[in-house]
Amino acid sequence: MTAYLLKRLIIAALTLVLASIVVFAVMEILPGDPARLMLGLNASADQVEVLRNQMGLNAPLIPRYLHWAGGLLSLDFGRSYTYSVPVIDLVRERIAVSLPLALIALALSTIIAIPVGVFSASRQGRAGDTLAMGAAQLGVAVPNFWFALILIYVFAVWLRLVPAGGFPGWSAGIWPALKSLILPAVALALPQAAILGRVARSALIEVLNEDYIRTARAKGLPYRAVLWRHALRNAMIPVLTILGLQFAFLLAGTIIIENVFYLPGLGRLIFQAITQRDLIVVESIVMLLVAAVILINLIVDFSYAIVDPRLRGRQ
Amino acid sequence: MRLWKTILAAAVLSLAAATSAFAARTDLTLGIVLEPPHLDPTAGAAAAIGEITYANVFEGLTRIDDNGQVQPGLAESWAVSDDGKVYTFKLRSGVKFHDGSAFSADDVKFSLDRARAKDSLNPQKPLFAHITDVTAVDPATVKITLDGPQGDFLYDMGQVAAVIVGKASADGNKDKPIGTGPFKLDHWAKGSEITLVKNPDYWGTPAALDKATFRIVPDAAAAVPALLSGDIQAFANMPAQDALAQVQSDPRFSVVIGSTEGETILSINNKKPPFDKLAVRQALASAIDRSAIIAAASNGLGKPIGSHFSPGDAGYVDLTGVYPHDIAKAKAYLKEAGLENGFSATIKLPPVPYARDGGQVIQSQLKDIGVNLQIIPVEWAEWLSQVFTNKDYDLTIVSHVEPNDIDIYSRPRYYFQYDNPKFNDVIKELGTTVDKDKRLELLGEAQKILAHDVPAVYLFELPKIGVWDAKLQGMWTNWPIEADDLTKVKWAD
Amino acid sequence: MTMRVDLPEETIAGVLAKAFGNRSFLIGLIITSAVVAVALLSFLWTPYDVTRLVIADRTQAPSPAHWFGTDHFGRDILSMIMVGARNSIAVALVAVGIGMGIGVPLGAFAAARGGMADEALMRVNDLVFAFPALLSAVMITAIFGPGAVNAIIAIGIFNIPVFARVARAGALAIWPREFILAARAAGKGMTRISIEHILPNIATLLLVQGTIQFALGILAEAGLSYVGLGAQPPMPSWGRMLFDAQTRMVTAPWMAIFPGMAIVITVLGLNLLGDGIADILDPKSRRRR
Repeated sequence: MTAYLLKRLIIAALTLVLASIVVFAVMEILPGDPARLMLGLNASADQVEVLRNQMGLNAPLIPRYLHWAGGLLSLDFGRSYTYSVPVIDLVRERIAVSLPLALIALALSTIIAIPVGVFSASRQGRAGDTLAMGAAQLGVAVPNFWFALILIYVFAVWLRLVPAGGFPGWSAGIWPALKSLILPAVALALPQAAILGRVARSALIEVLNEDYIRTARAKGLPYRAVLWRHALRNAMIPVLTILGLQFAFLLAGTIIIENVFYLPGLGRLIFQAITQRDLIVVESIVMLLVAAVILINLIVDFSYAIVDPRLRGRQ
Repeated sequence: MRLWKTILAAAVLSLAAATSAFAARTDLTLGIVLEPPHLDPTAGAAAAIGEITYANVFEGLTRIDDNGQVQPGLAESWAVSDDGKVYTFKLRSGVKFHDGSAFSADDVKFSLDRARAKDSLNPQKPLFAHITDVTAVDPATVKITLDGPQGDFLYDMGQVAAVIVGKASADGNKDKPIGTGPFKLDHWAKGSEITLVKNPDYWGTPAALDKATFRIVPDAAAAVPALLSGDIQAFANMPAQDALAQVQSDPRFSVVIGSTEGETILSINNKKPPFDKLAVRQALASAIDRSAIIAAASNGLGKPIGSHFSPGDAGYVDLTGVYPHDIAKAKAYLKEAGLENGFSATIKLPPVPYARDGGQVIQSQLKDIGVNLQIIPVEWAEWLSQVFTNKDYDLTIVSHVEPNDIDIYSRPRYYFQYDNPKFNDVIKELGTTVDKDKRLELLGEAQKILAHDVPAVYLFELPKIGVWDAKLQGMWTNWPIEADDLTKVKWAD
Repeated sequence: MTMRVDLPEETIAGVLAKAFGNRSFLIGLIITSAVVAVALLSFLWTPYDVTRLVIADRTQAPSPAHWFGTDHFGRDILSMIMVGARNSIAVALVAVGIGMGIGVPLGAFAAARGGMADEALMRVNDLVFAFPALLSAVMITAIFGPGAVNAIIAIGIFNIPVFARVARAGALAIWPREFILAARAAGKGMTRISIEHILPNIATLLLVQGTIQFALGILAEAGLSYVGLGAQPPMPSWGRMLFDAQTRMVTAPWMAIFPGMAIVITVLGLNLLGDGIADILDPKSRRRR
């Protein structure tokens, strides 16, 4: 077990190193000069050079990489070119939006998906199931930004129930802040719920066909109790796996939704940093996200290994 | 007795509530499209910096009003020597920076010397190029010596990049701007909003607003709902032009169309074949139908221009008729250039709606004369390095928003790659001419040369589409410089 | 000789009979064929020329002349949707092709060799998966410039590990089978066994995954175009049409409604088709996504 753990950890570390090289290289070949962008049309070439030197952009490639990567190791993520504040401060501000948004979307998706999945599985093949799964198919097919636009016009412009976008900050109070996260969370949750509902249904159907469920039923336990108490618990493993994947996706993959609702989240920060050539911000945040995904994968792998020792030999 | 007290208290309370309900609002949330990278106008070119800080947080020796006129700023008056080389500014007294330190002639000397220093990062450094000396005569008097008479000097001192900063606070202005203006920075939630609050120690007429929040709305799609839902009460320049009709029909809002200094042009790489031939450029100018471009790229609101000059400015000459829309003529020009079968070229479009939309219209129009354009969308960073710095382009669309910038066609190595000695002479003479009539005459001549020589195809003057709550007063109609001057903005009762 | 061991007793007629009894499959097939037909038709005929801007006709509501209305340049929305179908299908199809073409051999190879090769492949897979997909697509297009080809590459790259995983998992399950052992005993090499025996037996899995990735590809292309990184004008694309529509939701809702519905219907059709195929060919398989 220890050897297995160790091996996985070493591999994770190697992946991170590789990822950092990839990210750094990609940022290097990105066309455009951040210094020129900051100084604009009327600055002279000399002025641009002065700023490039100040920003450390004229240092040779490898020392620059080592400096940045070394900083990461000591949890120093560098300073943003654009905002001239430490990157970690920006991350802290943005994660206060992205993390709650991801969690609310995830919660919403679970709250919708699990009952639908259970409902469908218990009525497999009947009209209710067909209807629910048809709706799920539709949910998967709807582009979330299109759905978001429709939500904005219905709930923000016509009904005026929630703001059309923006984020007042948590300092404005819990409720105003939450209110501005509702629509984006719904827009994000719908496709996720559709996927999760389908997974939950098929996992449940599989479990319901297992012998011990039949045994439980034969013992005279009511169907409802069997469904909720025994079957659902055992169907949770695939559901949780998908949830884990979705969480990682939601944390970073919300660029478009954050743009539609102009939320100051992580996704938009990276998007904006790419267009402004704030290279250090892009590099450091992408590394943070990659590290988060690798960590989630590690945790999943370890928990599998604990549950099923046979897996330790393989994979 | 107790009862009376209670009733009295209740009455007082309700009265207080009533008055506060009827008192005018003193807060304002404005929408801006781009977030400034920082808030120091002397260290960055981003227009959003000036939009927020000019006149609100930072002030210059002079200031530009919304008609583009020069007004006294931190200097209450000035005198010019007979040879036009020495300006003596009399400064206001009792002016304090937001950090409490007193403003004096030393700060002016410091600011200007810093802007023109060798290692200066001032984005408009050329504005200070003619200054040879700045002397603080006494705490309230500054003497500036130039290397020759400068027609635009007082205007230039009122520009965004020429604001006066404090000696002690200058280096921290990016994050904590310390100016002399009627507002000071309260907080900046990065990516979200920037809030200014009233400066109680302001030297002049205090602002009517207690609080002004600039909320960043980067998405044109989000701008309309934000306005309709009341989250935002004003856009100095509304990004979602197409939805304007909808806002216009809503009595809750005022829609005020003003002018800017933004000449929107189809820039041509004048040294790159076949564009080095005058006939080819004339063909482009004749093939382009401005009215369709204006309709599609500025919702019909832009004013057509025939040269590089704002229709609202003194000295403007209407030259839109020099090359009228005429396909047959355009084809004849192409034939003259030996390109009767047309040719292919690229057009690089920066990420702004007027360029991306206008580019598509131009692509469609040039197809009529056999010119096939390939659209290459670029980010600003790429535009600056590829088009502006390396001149690696055929055509591009961009709006030149700097005021009085007709001289850019005479700058060596500028991205147009245009070099016309006759034009250069006119601009040279203009630079040292102070006489008003003579200046207007020279400006007219410069405009005519450009209109006929087509170093760029002149499309339209970018409109400023102000949209705000109908009860809001004092917003700028025009944008001689990109600034949201809030000093006179207030809510009607 | 290839052997389809998984379906020994199934005849072609049997599969067909099942197919026509399967609702998902039928609906999916009809929708998908209709979309493909429209895309093909657009090569020959569209109601209007989509590269021609008619500014005078801008943002007109649906009418007999323009069934789906016109956009802000006076172009016919129906014609644009027809041509846009071409773009969406082409991008998604080629992206799936890239994913299959590179991912399947990699996955099959890893399964066949095992050991270090397998480990290395899976780690590279993890590396690609560790990068948020949309973000990487944004970075790819930031380097090479936006455009249909780069959108294909960006989406295709993320299809590679998906197919590699599916192929590897499928192949791993087949390798211990008896008929493979027999083939090995007959002296067949690893590559030959992979091509002759493994591949036909994982074809179903790949087909099902292929339709899923196809549908995801269409959504991804729409997303990329929506942020301005997909196909460039004058080539219409559904995502770009939505981007243009977003500021005009109230004044010209048809600009948003019809392209959005085109995306939903196409993706729905493909998903139903994939479900149907999975049910028909392997009733026990349950799709994970």
